[in-house]
Amino acid sequence: MLGVARRRLGCGGFSSSMLGQTLERIRLSNSILPRSFASAAKEITVRDALNSALDEEMSADSKVILMGEEVGEYQGAYKISKGLLDKYGPERVIDTPITEAGFTGIGVGAAYYGLRPVIEFMTFNFSLQAIDHIINSAAKSNYMSAGQISVPIVFRGPNGAAAGVGAQHSQCFASWYATCPGLKVLCPYSAEDARGLLKAAIRDPDPVVFLENELMYGESFPVSDEVLDSSFCLPIGKAKIEREGKDVTITAFSKMVGYALKAAEILSKEGISAEVINLRSIRPLDRATINSSVRKTNRLVTVEEGFPQHGVGAEICTSVVEESFEYLDAPVERIAGADVPMPYAANLERMAVPQVEDIVRAAKRTCYRSVPMAATA
Amino acid sequence: MSAFSVLKLRHPPLPSPLPPSSKPSSFPSSSSSLRFPLRTVSANVLTSSSTSLAASHPVISRDEGLDLYEDMVLGRSFEDMCAQMYYRGKMFGFVHLYNGQEAVSTGFIRLLEKKDSVVSTYRDHVHALSKGVPAREVMAELFGKTGGCCRGQGGSMHMFSAEHGVLGGFAFIGEGIPVATGRRLSPPGVLYRREVLKEQTHDDVTIAFFGDGTSNNGQFFECLNMAALWKLPIIFVVENNLWAIGMSHLRATSDPEIFKKGPPFGIPGVHVDGMDVLKVRQVAKEAIERARNGEGPTLVECETYRFRGHSLADPDELRKPDEKAHYAARDPITALKKYLFEQDLATESELKAIDKKIDDAIEDAVEFAESSPHPPRSQLLENVFADPKGFGIGPDGKYRCEDPGFTQGTAQV
Repeated sequence: MLGVARRRLGCGGFSSSMLGQTLERIRLSNSILPRSFASAAKEITVRDALNSALDEEMSADSKVILMGEEVGEYQGAYKISKGLLDKYGPERVIDTPITEAGFTGIGVGAAYYGLRPVIEFMTFNFSLQAIDHIINSAAKSNYMSAGQISVPIVFRGPNGAAAGVGAQHSQCFASWYATCPGLKVLCPYSAEDARGLLKAAIRDPDPVVFLENELMYGESFPVSDEVLDSSFCLPIGKAKIEREGKDVTITAFSKMVGYALKAAEILSKEGISAEVINLRSIRPLDRATINSSVRKTNRLVTVEEGFPQHGVGAEICTSVVEESFEYLDAPVERIAGADVPMPYAANLERMAVPQVEDIVRAAKRTCYRSVPMAATA
Repeated sequence: MSAFSVLKLRHPPLPSPLPPSSKPSSFPSSSSSLRFPLRTVSANVLTSSSTSLAASHPVISRDEGLDLYEDMVLGRSFEDMCAQMYYRGKMFGFVHLYNGQEAVSTGFIRLLEKKDSVVSTYRDHVHALSKGVPAREVMAELFGKTGGCCRGQGGSMHMFSAEHGVLGGFAFIGEGIPVATGRRLSPPGVLYRREVLKEQTHDDVTIAFFGDGTSNNGQFFECLNMAALWKLPIIFVVENNLWAIGMSHLRATSDPEIFKKGPPFGIPGVHVDGMDVLKVRQVAKEAIERARNGEGPTLVECETYRFRGHSLADPDELRKPDEKAHYAARDPITALKKYLFEQDLATESELKAIDKKIDDAIEDAVEFAESSPHPPRSQLLENVFADPKGFGIGPDGKYRCEDPGFTQGTAQV
């Protein structure tokens, strides 16, 4: 369709804009970057990665405290904070009453004073009771006070759908928090992401919303020695290319990265080479990496688990249309969860969340390998 | 209205329930003692016509008296000037004035030290002034100029001053209470240091000011619970001016006696006449002592009144003229003035000199605000993050954006 008429000639067609030049550099540097830490000696679960990151940061800086429901004596609702109460004592690992608004605000107040609180929400659905503090007293304070008061706080917890937990426990809040300037929003996928991004979040002087995924806690990933080093931390605002490809760019975050990688495997057997980008950071969004990848592949599929309207995929699609329109050979595709509250029945739940087949179908559509589906209502 | 009678607000004064300021007995202090009585230090609010500060008051020194007078006159004149400036178009948006409530701000905040903090609501100009933020900076902030304490980025409802310990300025009611409560949440070992090593360096306290409407908010109760649970050095000050915009406190609250809401959580509750700066000061002294000594929070309900509407946009039609007249007759500044004359602490001319000094200071503040520049365009995108470009801190402990190699090849953030 439109894209066919605009197919660019050769690979020298980069625009001379600043973005064009920087994207050129990224393409080159990505190709000589060491591959992901594949030659690893050890495997750790995401849970252990988070636990070790918390442990190391709390031992390195005595101002780091952990607050939340069941983080202490229960060892963490999902055992993420196992062992921390014994190691650091009740003044630094604080079991709170069930008062999200209260203890989140208390954490923000402690951050104003100079502590570095890590506030755990049992799930991010509960953060809705505290969202006033996350947005209004944490995110906006540095701006309202013209830099006098910074809020070095981390809000973390599982986000998105789990298994059969129903509508009120399954929403993904990535796009909600990513709307707000003054917040940083991170979504790890692998154990390496979990460790590096949590350490970066704790060291960061700004409020960070750290969205984990309950179903990923038990998954193991190989990690290199560099990742296990206590000074390891990943940059915020930089995405990672999990798999290089040349036919279609698939962006994903959190659990969907795993699905996208599986989809890429399936696609490669059919001759489509998919490039999978693990976003890692939803705010700031790494537009440069995404755009440079789309300029290479000319096709985009965004994948997310959350509701489609005003989601992360909407922002990525717009960013690509704004900055790389001439490079697109097919309409951008956006895969998201179904536009309904999460149902309980197992088969309905499966239908409400993107599956690998959906990603494969969408990628094929962008490559004109299948009949386009009618847009759903 | 129900059969509830406002006469119930009168209680006979009880013997002082607060333990003498001595070393706490053991650590962690026992919080199981529930004998926190209620206490009232007040004039009989709507029944008595007596407005004089009785001779049974603790004596204040001349200097203290003049300081209190000056602070209250500063607050009043500043707010009056704000109204003028608003109607001339120099100020805009929401402006909430504090006229009539000066005794609460002065009574509490003049007892604080620089290291202590104040957290307030949108009615925060006078709290900032009492805490020491220069009138020039507050006025410039209201005008939206770079000379303001927040460079014009906060505005009337968001006064922040890290130097003077003013931590906002929050627009949502109840939002400041948890922030104030958390401010002194255990830096590790501080209680140990204070109790065992007797270090006095970490005894700063925080005061949270909020209104009667907020006392029905969930966060208020959540924080009463946690402050008592963890014995945090905070004072909850309810500025009960009987009205939340147009909602009367009596229409909104099942039990209007807010100070009674402390004891169910194990916090002493005190009711005080908020139009009398000396009574407020007396209660404040005890509450601050308690907090400094690690004895935990106190809930103080100050019965006060705002002479103007909720904000400059409020037509203020629901409050009855005789109620307004009653409180106007109990103007805290007039009352203090009378007390100073009666106790021979100051002469008419001295107080007039203070009035003049404040008038000049306010004029100067307005001139400063007028001449202060508007924020430049480049200021729009500043201060979103403390970390200048948002890339975080690297393993070497420095901001990643400062490393040229890192930012090379990235899009502009």
